[in-house]
Amino acid sequence: MNVTYLDAIREAQAKALAQDDRVFLYGQDIAGFGGAFKATKRLAEEFPGRVLDSPISEDAMVGLAIGAAIDGMRPIIEMQFADFSSIAFNQIVNQAGTHYYRTGVPVPFVIRLPSGGNKGSGPFHSQSLESLYAHFPGLVVLMPATVEDAYTMLLDAVSLDDPVIFCEHKMLYYHLKAEKLPEEGLPIGKARIARAGTHATVVTAGAMLHEALKAANQLAEEAWDIEVVDLRSAKPIDTDTLLASVARTGRILCVAESFPWGGLNAEVIARVVGEGFHLLDAPPMRLNSRDTPIPYHPNLWAAHRPTAASITTALRKLLGF
Amino acid sequence: MGIVGQLDDCRKLEFGEGDRGATYSDFRTSCSEIGCAARKPFFRVTRVSAAKTHRPLSTRATSKNQTIAPHKLYLPTYKWMLLARVLEDKLASLYRSGKIVGGVYLGRGQEAFSAALSVHLDQAGGDVYAPLIRDMAGRLAFGEALIDPMRTYLGSPLGPMRGRDGNIHRGRPREGMLAMISHLGAMVSVVNGVLLARRLRGISGQVGAACVGDGATSTGSFHEAMNQAAVEKLPLVVAVANNQFAYSTPTDRQYACADLVDRAAGYGVMGYRCDGTNLEECLTTFGEAVRRAREGEGPQLVVGTLLRLSGHGEHDDASYVPAAVRKSALAADCIELAGQRILERRWAGEADLATWKSDAVNQVEEVLEQVASEPVPDPTGEAWCSLSVRHLCEGNLGA
Repeated sequence: MNVTYLDAIREAQAKALAQDDRVFLYGQDIAGFGGAFKATKRLAEEFPGRVLDSPISEDAMVGLAIGAAIDGMRPIIEMQFADFSSIAFNQIVNQAGTHYYRTGVPVPFVIRLPSGGNKGSGPFHSQSLESLYAHFPGLVVLMPATVEDAYTMLLDAVSLDDPVIFCEHKMLYYHLKAEKLPEEGLPIGKARIARAGTHATVVTAGAMLHEALKAANQLAEEAWDIEVVDLRSAKPIDTDTLLASVARTGRILCVAESFPWGGLNAEVIARVVGEGFHLLDAPPMRLNSRDTPIPYHPNLWAAHRPTAASITTALRKLLGF
Repeated sequence: MGIVGQLDDCRKLEFGEGDRGATYSDFRTSCSEIGCAARKPFFRVTRVSAAKTHRPLSTRATSKNQTIAPHKLYLPTYKWMLLARVLEDKLASLYRSGKIVGGVYLGRGQEAFSAALSVHLDQAGGDVYAPLIRDMAGRLAFGEALIDPMRTYLGSPLGPMRGRDGNIHRGRPREGMLAMISHLGAMVSVVNGVLLARRLRGISGQVGAACVGDGATSTGSFHEAMNQAAVEKLPLVVAVANNQFAYSTPTDRQYACADLVDRAAGYGVMGYRCDGTNLEECLTTFGEAVRRAREGEGPQLVVGTLLRLSGHGEHDDASYVPAAVRKSALAADCIELAGQRILERRWAGEADLATWKSDAVNQVEEVLEQVASEPVPDPTGEAWCSLSVRHLCEGNLGA
């Protein structure tokens, strides 16, 4: 059996619907059509009345999820693209993010954000918004990078009593494959050592994990032993695992597909410097996409975001310090 | 009760008294029967001022024999309005003396429209209510304990918001009263979510109500949620208190349609207009709207015309309200009008009204005394956690 990352997301939703009556799906084109990426293919048939098409109203989609969650349901909202969640920004950060703190009533729901770039997707279908949502209190922000994590983390997200922003990467949908779906995975909030090493640590998440692993493999040919940490969760950040890794390597490069100003990379570096300054043998480095809108043409796009090549270059600089 | 629709060729089509059960779709059918393009853009349907054609509360006070017993809702609603006014007067005074921080936002002049909605709601029966900033009367009538607003304004840790949020941003979501956020229009889709959840669980006969003002109707959030409710045919009642000013902005800078109720046709929902200063009319209109929602006729949009008889908040002297508006019928005080009506109809006497008022004053003084003696929030005892799953909290990062 070959299971793709997209299959895993579809299967996790099927399982959540099957095992929990409180779960329902709400989003644009997700019922009969099965979703823009087919992440809900045939779920409307299998679970009649529980997979609902919404109007093109991202604000009201999330508002509805919050109301349903207050009333005891476990909605899963599909944004057609992560980029469009900006329309729902107010409901996400001001309504969902504040609700438990203000009222003591948690709002358990999941917003799936098809995130990140692909060739030709351009400025409005390519964004990575994890840093934006992680900035606000009251939200859990997850970034599955593997087929296994896409499955178990989505199920864990549905079970969690708080709002979860689930940043699934579109580039991984079809190409990333696994033999089978796992029974269980690491708990939410735990990072994973994706590749053990001793000379430098790369901290990353989502599709960038695979670019980082390629870079590490390339440098291995030159006898460099790179450790790669898959954050899995942008919020909370597993600072302990990061510090333990830096204690082993003394060097850290953070890689993210999001824009460079502030954000996840900056946060990771701030924590490592703040709590593990004595562990560092070199200044921490970070690699992000550029500070421009995400360009359309593949040539421009490939030069806009970090790649295995640019990560390798950055690592050489870090290792040479 | 009648429905009057203005057709695109300026003719009017009217359902009279005998057609009280008529629905919007009946109306559209009739339009097509007479060959009129009811769905053209300029088609308007308005469920007009209920009291003009139907006065269930009316009574001939001159003839004792014909006097009908007071409408069972009128007097209790009046008492909620009175209690809200007395409480808000006290809150304004506490603000002016520096005992309340942030702001105080009054519902002065809107008590009839506010309370008339929620007296038709059944909190114990599962109805859900999303009040806005000028709904003290509606909140109390829905079932909010008098101590909740006092504790919230004074930031008591024993209140529903525990000092974490204040003034009008309070609620008890588990008990059907949602806690508004400041972003206007944002609560309507949250009510939709509660109602959809009920439907998914097979529950019917429960309604949700969301309150907004004229300003909120300009937001995308309001539009999305109205359309969403209409698509799902949810049992939603939206009360639009058109109080003529969104902060200082008059309605001619807020919208360009002739009447906000015109929007009902655009959303495909039932629309009503009522005089928000007239308690009787508000009660009748909301009674009908809530009944129809409860019976499965889909969303109902009620627009009440009135004037905010205060500033936006107590920091605002409302000097932008023109003198002509202040002297107009819009500026009538709904509590005074309702009191006069009660006396005219001899449902109660001057002494009763005075007693009710002093009862309200006593209740307010009592809760103030209690809250004033309560502890204040202690930052060292605060959990500083914005997630219910504690081990995932990063709440002390910034400290």
